[in-house]
Amino acid sequence: MRLQQSLPVERVGGGRQRLDARDILARYGTFLALIALIVVAALLSPRFLTPVNLMNVLRQTAIVGVLGIGMTYVILTAGIDLSVGATLALSAVLLAGTLETTGNIVLAMLVAVLAGMAVGLGNGLGVTLGRVQPFVMTLGMLGIARSIAFLYTGGEPIPVLDRTFLTLGIGYLWRIPIPSLIFIAILVVAALALRYTPFGRAVYAIGSNEEAARLSGIAVGRVKTLVYIISGATAGIGAIMYCSQFASAPPIAGEGYELDAIAAVVVGGTSLFGGQGGVIGTFFGALIIGILSNILNLMGVSPFAQPLAKGALIILAVLIVGRGRRG
Amino acid sequence: MNVETPVLDVAAVTRRFPGVTAVDGVDFAVRAGEIHALLGENGAGKSTLIKILGGALRKDGGVIRLNGEPVDFHSPSAALAAGIAVIYQELVLCPHLSVAENILMGHLPRTAGLAVDWPAANRRVAELLAQLGVTLPLNAPVGRLSTAQQQLVEIAKALSRDSRILILDEPSATLGQRDLDHLFAVIRRLRGQGVAIVYISHRLEEIFAIADRVTVLKDGRLAGHWPIAEVTMQRLVRAMTGRDLGVVTGREGDAAAPVRLAVRNLSRKGAFADVSLSLRAGEIVGIAGLVGSGRTELLRAIFGADQPDAGTIEVDGQPARFRSPAQALRRGLGLLPEDRKTQGLLLDRALRENVSLASLRRFTRFGFLRPAAEERVVRELIDDLHIAARGPGQPVMTLSGGNQQKVVLARWLARRCGILLFDEPTRGVDVGAKEEIYRLIHALAAEGAAVLIVSSELKELFAICPRILVMREGRLVGEFAGLDLREDDVVDAMLMGGRADAAPTIAAG
Repeated sequence: MRLQQSLPVERVGGGRQRLDARDILARYGTFLALIALIVVAALLSPRFLTPVNLMNVLRQTAIVGVLGIGMTYVILTAGIDLSVGATLALSAVLLAGTLETTGNIVLAMLVAVLAGMAVGLGNGLGVTLGRVQPFVMTLGMLGIARSIAFLYTGGEPIPVLDRTFLTLGIGYLWRIPIPSLIFIAILVVAALALRYTPFGRAVYAIGSNEEAARLSGIAVGRVKTLVYIISGATAGIGAIMYCSQFASAPPIAGEGYELDAIAAVVVGGTSLFGGQGGVIGTFFGALIIGILSNILNLMGVSPFAQPLAKGALIILAVLIVGRGRRG
Repeated sequence: MNVETPVLDVAAVTRRFPGVTAVDGVDFAVRAGEIHALLGENGAGKSTLIKILGGALRKDGGVIRLNGEPVDFHSPSAALAAGIAVIYQELVLCPHLSVAENILMGHLPRTAGLAVDWPAANRRVAELLAQLGVTLPLNAPVGRLSTAQQQLVEIAKALSRDSRILILDEPSATLGQRDLDHLFAVIRRLRGQGVAIVYISHRLEEIFAIADRVTVLKDGRLAGHWPIAEVTMQRLVRAMTGRDLGVVTGREGDAAAPVRLAVRNLSRKGAFADVSLSLRAGEIVGIAGLVGSGRTELLRAIFGADQPDAGTIEVDGQPARFRSPAQALRRGLGLLPEDRKTQGLLLDRALRENVSLASLRRFTRFGFLRPAAEERVVRELIDDLHIAARGPGQPVMTLSGGNQQKVVLARWLARRCGILLFDEPTRGVDVGAKEEIYRLIHALAAEGAAVLIVSSELKELFAICPRILVMREGRLVGEFAGLDLREDDVVDAMLMGGRADAAPTIAAG
């Protein structure tokens, strides 16, 4: 009986042989691309594989990587968050300002994260209650957050001088840059939450079919609001990393980071239509973009040409993943 | 011209989509100077067929002959150039341009220079409208016209291209009676001029009023064609719904069982009005009615997917006011939606996630999912429902339609709902899977679940429901059970609104 019923499946299975190569490409494509890139980079520049350089890559990847994790949650629900770069700037200047006036590191960091979450709450409510398109809502929020950062500082950067705080950005723990450790820790939590909590399931369900999720009793509005709050929180954490690395909080901080974060998500194989992908892919995506910048720098490629290489890479990644998914 | 020679002759045309054959070897012939009705329920393949005729979709097989010559349109403009014009339900006019500009779109007459020759354009439009026997304000922007007037603009536009075959896709859906009479006059006039007209509708009264011949599609196949004089309404309904002589095999409701769901005077504007019904534990109740009778909307409103405007709902004797499906779920309700692809499934996610979606709390401890517990329940349901799948990890996209439907059913079984609202539980499901789903519904009722079933297939309702309610134009117009449960009465109620109830229903519609 059971055998008979599995017959039609076998037929489907026959067709799958051909699909398997694509499947592998879609599932592990980002990882394979990362390996390939590392090999090429090592061949191109002897300095690439030195510990110092690798640690630099890791440190430089951390901020965009953390933003990318929040962005992955948003994109999995078929949304987008264009405001993360500006939110990072707002959180950064508030952090620096708080540190300057109170000298309290914990309070300053708390302010940064809470400010980010507040911006995310605004985005979330706009998207759910206001029914504003995520693209439009977060584009508006980009302008608002950036502008508040400028108004708060009067346009000048706020210096960050607290030595203890700066250790967070430039220090090492177990010979690994602290920002990278923070990135990995957040990654692990985010990956577990996505995979092993009802919330994670709801995120995928909404991105896959919002109406079906609603009819299955998922609190769609609440979950969507929450992913924007998470994205705002990662922007706040990104601000902590930024201030402690650059010892300064300029209102122009994080300009264009939203695009790097989106690039990391997309290169990492998450579908902009939602419902497919995950934060592990984003981790690899962020590394790919970081390594690419690094090798271009090592090779002395003109900064004018670097965005070209990055842009081509993103399109290539989507072409490959797109083939695997929907071809 | 020999009237027996069809101008348009469709033979064995087939069109497949992933997982479904929308049009399956359909024959269809239209003669010059006739009004030919194309009839069928939603999903019967009417739209796909006319999209193929209009060049919006390619056929996968079969032959289309136009005046005896085989044709294969690869674009709507190719079909238009050959003389076939399709007027879709959603009109495609430019709202800001004038009536004249819309009618002559793309071929406005020019003067020697490149300027539009307005006097010539207006003359041409006046001619076309005279041919139709209508008057329209030529310079008004189309956006200011009524729907009925816009439809006439579309028809005039088709005539301006010398179309000899005019296909109207449910033109009456948005028209009132007077506009409809007017449209009929225009259509008859065109018939007199030798134009072949394909008229699509699922309102039977209209078909009898206007058509010369009728072709019925069901599940993508030809269900029959007749000269209108040689067919009865009952015959057409049978062809549309596939209803055969039904045998009641359903469980009798236990009159002593507690009432699980009671709906009183429930109304939702534009959908249904003043519906009252009650459902006891262990009972299976069917709702019959044509597409558009408000059946689906009623289920959705009970479940909190849409908000009713008036009336009350009681669950287990307690008043319930569901602002969202989540609240209905908490009170033990489950809804199997009408369209599994757009409302039911997470197509690109695994079977496992689809099944557990409505009962995640059951698999959660201390905030985390318990994959092992989930896996066990999902595997059990795969076995119980005989879902043909490689395992819980298979994406549901790759399952057949019947197995996909079982996945949505499994979702509500995993949730252990006591009150189940099933909207078309066997749509697009093959015969074998249908039987299994029927058995499953019986088993659920035997265990005490209260089940409300909406179905377009009377055969299905007769097979599983000992009590059938009939809806027509948003109202409950009949209730049949026991010895009163006769197919002819149910069909009468579906079409005419039942015996004494008929008059007020029509007035309300």
